Amino acid sequence: MPQPDAATIANKAEIVRALRKLVPGEGVIGEDSALVPYESDGLSAYRQRPLAVVLPETVGQVSAVLAWCQAHGVKVVPRGAGTSLSGGALPLTDGIVLGMAKFNRILEVDYENRCAVVQPGVTNLAITEAVQADGFYYAPDPSSQIACTIGGNVAENSGGVHCLKYGLTTNNLLGCEIVLMDGQVVRLGGRGYDAAGYDLLGLVTGSEGLLAVVTEVTVRLLPTPQTARALLLGFPSVEAAGATVGDIIAAGIIPAGLEMMDKPAIQAAEAFVAAGYPTEAQALLIVELDGPQAECGELAGHVKALAQARGADFIRVSRDETERLRFWAGRKAAFPAVGRISPDYYCMDGTIPRAQLPPVLTRIYEMARDYGLGVANVFHAGDGNLHPLILYDADKEGELERAEAFGADILKLCVAVGGVLTGEHGVGVEKRDLMGEMFDETDLACQQRVKCAFDPDGLLNPGKVFPVLHRCAELGRVHVHRGKVAFPELPRF
Amino acid sequence: MLDEATRLLTPATPDEVLEILAEAAAAQRRIEVVGGGTKRSVGKVERPELTLSLAGLDAVLDYAPEELVLTARPGAKLKDLEKLVASEGQMLPFEPPRLAKLLGAKGEPTLGGALAANLSGPRRIRAGAARDHLLGFAAVSGRAESFKAGGKVVKNVTGYDLSKLMAGSWGTLAVMTEVTIKVLPKPKTEASLLLFGLDDRRATQAMAQALNAPVEVSGAAHLPPAIAARAPLKAEMAVTALRLEGFDKSVAARVETLREALKAFGRVERLDAALSRGFWAQVREVEVFQKDARPLWRVSTPPASGWRIGEALKGQEGGHEVLYDWAGGLVWAQSDDAQAVRAAARAAGGHAALWRGEAALAAFEPLEGALSALTARVKAAFDPHGILNPGRLG
Repeated sequence: MPQPDAATIANKAEIVRALRKLVPGEGVIGEDSALVPYESDGLSAYRQRPLAVVLPETVGQVSAVLAWCQAHGVKVVPRGAGTSLSGGALPLTDGIVLGMAKFNRILEVDYENRCAVVQPGVTNLAITEAVQADGFYYAPDPSSQIACTIGGNVAENSGGVHCLKYGLTTNNLLGCEIVLMDGQVVRLGGRGYDAAGYDLLGLVTGSEGLLAVVTEVTVRLLPTPQTARALLLGFPSVEAAGATVGDIIAAGIIPAGLEMMDKPAIQAAEAFVAAGYPTEAQALLIVELDGPQAECGELAGHVKALAQARGADFIRVSRDETERLRFWAGRKAAFPAVGRISPDYYCMDGTIPRAQLPPVLTRIYEMARDYGLGVANVFHAGDGNLHPLILYDADKEGELERAEAFGADILKLCVAVGGVLTGEHGVGVEKRDLMGEMFDETDLACQQRVKCAFDPDGLLNPGKVFPVLHRCAELGRVHVHRGKVAFPELPRF
Repeated sequence: MLDEATRLLTPATPDEVLEILAEAAAAQRRIEVVGGGTKRSVGKVERPELTLSLAGLDAVLDYAPEELVLTARPGAKLKDLEKLVASEGQMLPFEPPRLAKLLGAKGEPTLGGALAANLSGPRRIRAGAARDHLLGFAAVSGRAESFKAGGKVVKNVTGYDLSKLMAGSWGTLAVMTEVTIKVLPKPKTEASLLLFGLDDRRATQAMAQALNAPVEVSGAAHLPPAIAARAPLKAEMAVTALRLEGFDKSVAARVETLREALKAFGRVERLDAALSRGFWAQVREVEVFQKDARPLWRVSTPPASGWRIGEALKGQEGGHEVLYDWAGGLVWAQSDDAQAVRAAARAAGGHAALWRGEAALAAFEPLEGALSALTARVKAAFDPHGILNPGRLG
């Protein structure tokens, strides 16, 4: 993380006093004991107590707080519900946390344009709950959807089990209002399909809180499919399950969800929620089809036949909604289920080309043996997004470090086979130092110049995403040609 | 590489693109960047000293149908790519329109051009835009730096999503040298339902009703009487069309659901696959306006407000010449009255761009206030000397 600024820390009382003028009442937390809940996010292995927490209630307050922080050189870490799995909301000891929890209202539902205008602190699931009685829903559904906020979803470009067919957050937004670090309020997009100018909405989405603070979001709504059916397909080998995934896509079927679990994950989930999973299978596919009754029925038959041809020896098709939800219950509870069989687990998030599934899984098992740690695999097989859960015990000397090294090796493997470091959880603090596996210095300089265009002093969520912090003036000067800095022998900076 | 007579640069490799831009950046020479050159008339490029054509960078580098991804050089022609993916039963989901005829241009539209202009066809309402399908790219910026962003898999959040920024930037930030896009299985068949004689506002309601039904409408267009009367349709009254795509049984089931949802809007006729394909091709290519020379505007608005553009232009000389796509969210309007179009677009919560017409007018509306300043800073991050397509975006 960036070197903490001792002067800022020493000046805490003054800073808290100034911020209380901007956000009166209970809006500024400065007492140490009250800061504890903000010390970490969903990546709980990392902890840091922030200087203070500010909980604004209006866009005007957000703007005033950011402008004040910019003027006084105070760093800001934005935070939604704090469910990030990559440390995106990890505080800084010399920075404030800007918590957006009080922005929790759904402002407008507009069925004529099939969108909802919501404040960033509204939870992902609350959007669907507000419109489902009218036959609509919001498609991206990260597993943490009962808790995670839409503002956080925008920052992380969150996915979920349905994004194979319906896209990630970025594919389901129409507009947002953002506040820049200097306090300026900017509107991006609107309710139409295409906005004017550069696609800054697309740029801000997934920027992990480094470019701006989101204060309002306009999301697309979709009509709820008439029916949905889920299939459970058990296989005697991971290879057969992986090949079936390829066959389904090759047959021109894009399921609403296409998930895979390996034996350790199947057994943990079954022991936890009794979803009816085949505990002897080496791999389980959960395939969800949605649409009109006739379509689901026909496609279910087709998928079943493809699975049988690959040797599936356990096949169940949900007969009703209760059964469908039960099939999903095991998958949705897979993380806590694994939490029951291991004191701690560490969830990875690389994406690989689908065809690489079998060899990559084999390699992950070999690595687990070498590291002497357990691993359970749960993943979005349809889009090749892996979630290996590395099992470890933080109380045992050296296990956390081994788990982290194992995780880094998995991600390097993902990149080596043509994939990427993170499919949906974000880079954050966790994968920051691995960015060099995917991007060279020039690639990263191009991204950091974008950061400079939004936040020239680098005060918004610094220490995340980028392995090396550059001052913006330095980035402007470096001229990299063919990946090489001109006059490499000269000392710089 | 440089033809001194035409000042045309035709690099054959990404390295040559880098060399050209290194020289141009050092000398601060301005460059117009083109693919097939079909959209050169949109917007205006100020005094281009040099033209950089990517037409020669047209190779398909990798196509893995089972991964749903395709990697190609930007000069790859859309027609070749569409043929290639069709041979595997797939498609470019964003249905890129080919507007050469509309714009009076020769040449073949390229993938790079479609992405740079973020051009999407009728299926945009269901499948998303060009920007939603650009997964990653390599490019050379106006700083003469080769860089890449994104990836070659369908799900990726590693680093800033510069693909979104590149799509729709009209070549003003960087020259793309490699792009990876997402492809999807091509629906086995399609059908369209037609409604007749609805006024623009009522048609908008019908389209909203259709999109709000769980039938995955993949095209929603409205042709007012004056437009429907033109070739190739030559209908006697307004036509509103809704497209459904999928396999036979699925389309049949959804046709019935949609009929039911639309029964308040009068007679419903069904177009079978072949006729439906023809109909949507002409909507996508804006065929009804190909034979004219009047200024043509492309207006993006919230779908429910698109009809207001037609309403505002009703009194104009030459009649009510408006075509609605994207359930009303995309309006093609012929009008000599730039102010009226822009004012109507603004009032409807959208924006208008001049796609064909007087060169004296900037194509794109200037952005305002903080957004304008932010946009300028983003431009400077990639092209500080403003050498790439100067003036293209206004």
